[in-house]
Amino acid sequence: MSMQTLLLLTLALPLLGAALILLTASRPKLRDSITLVISVLLFLVVFLIYQEPDTVHPARLDLFEPLPGLRFALEVEALGMLFALIASFLWIITSVYAIGYMRSNQESNQTRFFSCFAVAIAATMGVAFSANLFSLFLFYEVLTLSTYPLVAHSQSDLARRAGRVYLGILLGASFALFLPAIVWTWVLAGQVDFTPGGVFDVPVSNSVILALLLLYLFGIGKAAVMPFHAWLPAAMVAPTPVSALLHAVAVVKAGVFSIVKVAVYIFGEETLSAAGVTDWIVYLAGFTIITASLIALYQDNLKKRLAYSTISQLSYVVIATFLIAPVSILAAALHIAAHAFGKITLFFAAGAIYTAHHKTEVSQLDGIGRQMPLTMIAFAIASLSMIGVPPTAGFISKWYLLNGAFEMQSYFVIAIIVTSTLLNAAYFLPIVYAAFFKSSADTEFHEAPWTLVLPILMTAFACLLVFFFPDRLIHLTQLIAF
Amino acid sequence: MITGHLPILLLIMPLLAAPLCVLLHRDILSWFLALLVFLGVFAGAWALLGSVLEIEVWRYTIGAWESPWGIELYVDSLNAFVLVIVASIGAASLLFARQSVASEIAADRTYLFYSALLLNLTGLIGVILTGDAFNLFVFIEISSLSGYALISLGRKRLALYAAYRYLILGTVGATFILIGVGLLYVVTGTLNLQDIGVRIADVSADRTLATAICFLLIGLSMKLALFPLHVWLPAAYSAAPSVVSVFLAGTTTKVFIYVLIRYVFDIFGLDTIRGILPLGDILVLLSMLAILYGSWMAIVRSSIKSILAYSSVAQIGYMVLGIGLFTRTGLTASILHMFNHALIKSALFMAAACLIYRLGTDRLEDLRNSSGCMPWTRAAFVLGGFSLIGVPGTVGFLSKWYLLQATIESGNWPALAVMIIGSLMAVVYFWKIVEAFYFRQPAQDTGEKMTEAPLMMLAPLWLLILANIYFGIDTDLTLDSITLAVSSLAGL
Repeated sequence: MSMQTLLLLTLALPLLGAALILLTASRPKLRDSITLVISVLLFLVVFLIYQEPDTVHPARLDLFEPLPGLRFALEVEALGMLFALIASFLWIITSVYAIGYMRSNQESNQTRFFSCFAVAIAATMGVAFSANLFSLFLFYEVLTLSTYPLVAHSQSDLARRAGRVYLGILLGASFALFLPAIVWTWVLAGQVDFTPGGVFDVPVSNSVILALLLLYLFGIGKAAVMPFHAWLPAAMVAPTPVSALLHAVAVVKAGVFSIVKVAVYIFGEETLSAAGVTDWIVYLAGFTIITASLIALYQDNLKKRLAYSTISQLSYVVIATFLIAPVSILAAALHIAAHAFGKITLFFAAGAIYTAHHKTEVSQLDGIGRQMPLTMIAFAIASLSMIGVPPTAGFISKWYLLNGAFEMQSYFVIAIIVTSTLLNAAYFLPIVYAAFFKSSADTEFHEAPWTLVLPILMTAFACLLVFFFPDRLIHLTQLIAF
Repeated sequence: MITGHLPILLLIMPLLAAPLCVLLHRDILSWFLALLVFLGVFAGAWALLGSVLEIEVWRYTIGAWESPWGIELYVDSLNAFVLVIVASIGAASLLFARQSVASEIAADRTYLFYSALLLNLTGLIGVILTGDAFNLFVFIEISSLSGYALISLGRKRLALYAAYRYLILGTVGATFILIGVGLLYVVTGTLNLQDIGVRIADVSADRTLATAICFLLIGLSMKLALFPLHVWLPAAYSAAPSVVSVFLAGTTTKVFIYVLIRYVFDIFGLDTIRGILPLGDILVLLSMLAILYGSWMAIVRSSIKSILAYSSVAQIGYMVLGIGLFTRTGLTASILHMFNHALIKSALFMAAACLIYRLGTDRLEDLRNSSGCMPWTRAAFVLGGFSLIGVPGTVGFLSKWYLLQATIESGNWPALAVMIIGSLMAVVYFWKIVEAFYFRQPAQDTGEKMTEAPLMMLAPLWLLILANIYFGIDTDLTLDSITLAVSSLAGL
């Protein structure tokens, strides 16, 4: 199969899946096997694309051209490849988990849930492979719209309010800031294609660059840079599989991924370092890292705590990007991967605890490690990865990030990283400690169903795997042209 | 031979069919005749656009009397394009009309309904095609009078009030236009539009000319429902029979926006206008107010047709904003949005008509009790709404892109801010409807399973929805015609 066909399949497969899921609404078993089959197929397709690394002639697929020069096009590029691989791989695992979770908790509207999930994955693939800002924006919006029904899933007042916050911030920021930024770029540069080295051939004044940067940074609300972060805690009312794959991996990573793409391929290293405006972005991201971590400390609801941790971790990627050292771009890409495996494990664990024991608060978790040893061991491994302790994936990205910070002699960033590492430890380790070492009346072994436990173990294992075999990952990220 | 008379044929067909409808009397026959005529006009309009794209201007002299003495039909890519909008929306409305009309209008009056609809179409086509200032007024009156009658046929008593209000304000507007035309004749001594355009350059900017232009502009603003002269529109659109809302929302205001463009850019020319009044600033200011006011009212309304009607007030603001910028991109954005908004709003009104047909109501409160039924209608509404709020991949996005580009290029930051706020408000009022459709627990479970709207209504609805997506992707046709139209207008 040609690369073009494969690229098209990454969109078509999940969309086909969504349609088939709608058609088989009355037969849950068939419907759920469709999700599984499609997710495996999608990963195979993405893997086939990955197997054919031709950086000289990257595969490109032009679909249509609504305005002269404004093309709807897909392209294979290293960072997008990485993102697509992670998202499609984790979709398989999440599908197993989601089927188990939705059945165990007897959730309603499962057909809508799984079909919207599939559309969201299609949009994620589109974001990953977009060849320009227009295509990216299209998929970015589809991702927002397709995940809204997942957030408002339970249709309760609470869910509907959360849905409004979710949609209001994400759609609002993208309409009010992101789209004007894209059009402004178009007016200034005459194109919005992702170009190595950036699109600004004509000199643009520093204040305009700064304004554009801020529009992009805040307009891409999915990156959850403060004060555009409130949608993420709000989205926690969604069923846990959604929080796990979409609000720890696909949606939020689509946000920081877009920011990295804009920084590297729209502005480019030269424009950014010449303008010298990136300090502001670094300060904003640093502020977000620390503030979100502090808020996380005080969250008793486990999923909320994880959400604030995500907000803080996302800004790691932002800070790494705007250090503008080649090695820190590497760190940004690696952190997208490392955080994905760690955070999905944590959310899976939270969902398993809820399914087995209906516990949602951190203060209820005393001694739960004796009841759910497998889940909590995985939780511990993922926590270590979040903190950045070897032998876990988080260590590698943090290592490169520190490298970049030292190279640029940015003591601000070093201080932020050190402080936030301490804070990470402060809000994760007490959970692990309480789970294993505090006593509780209940000590009987009671794990969640295997469909939940198996995915948890797999993603936790992946956290370790990345630490021991990082070569392929690092090789891929080194291809990002900066 | 007959193709040589295409412009006048487009006018004559509906004009003759209107009395024929009355003679046929039976409701199904009159619908069928009207459908045939609308389809004929649809085909003719596309053919006309095709030929004008090649020859640029087609001046059809009626009775072969040479202009400026005789009356001519003047067709260029601008009005051929507007004609295509009207004819396409008209054909879709007629395909859609049969069952909706049968359910809302008494059977013994149906033939009168179709007859009035044909007259309305005649008037609109006349306004679009005529090259004569006085004829323009006559056709405006034909379309308006039949429009009042159509609106008064609505189900509720509110329709009578709405039609009466539209009648008063519409007549004031038409009178203003007539006074303007009269004064123009005093100044230039001609009624041929192109001839006025030529001679006006020699007229020194005196008070008569200024008065003429002001009367014309105010009359047109009334007709195209520019804030604050929009007051007739919301009640008229929401109280009219569903099919009439579908047809009018996609056509009437667009036609008058076309007339505004024709007068400002083609007949008067920007130089003349600039010497008399700061029209650009006025239009931009009023359209900004229209966007904010219309969107706000749409947010607070609680029935679908009323929300859509106020949304139209805001959308007219976007179109006029593009005109008021006085730039190429702005005008392109404006004309593009005329086309796009016709597709969007007619589709949305069709979906509302389907709901009314089955449920008998379009109030959001009542819709929550019927969640789960009519999946196709709801899905169509949601897709149309995506186009309205400008999700990429739909026509609405292209309008937004062009408008943003136009405001950024001309550095009009207040207008940019208002546009952005307006698009956020659109999300709010659209999402109110989406929540009522899908995410509300029914207050009480009626137990009955409502069926989907009939295929004859669903098919045209989905046709328009697919057009929303198709023209959001393939813009060759729209952009080619618009680019040609914009470059033919003087002063840009």
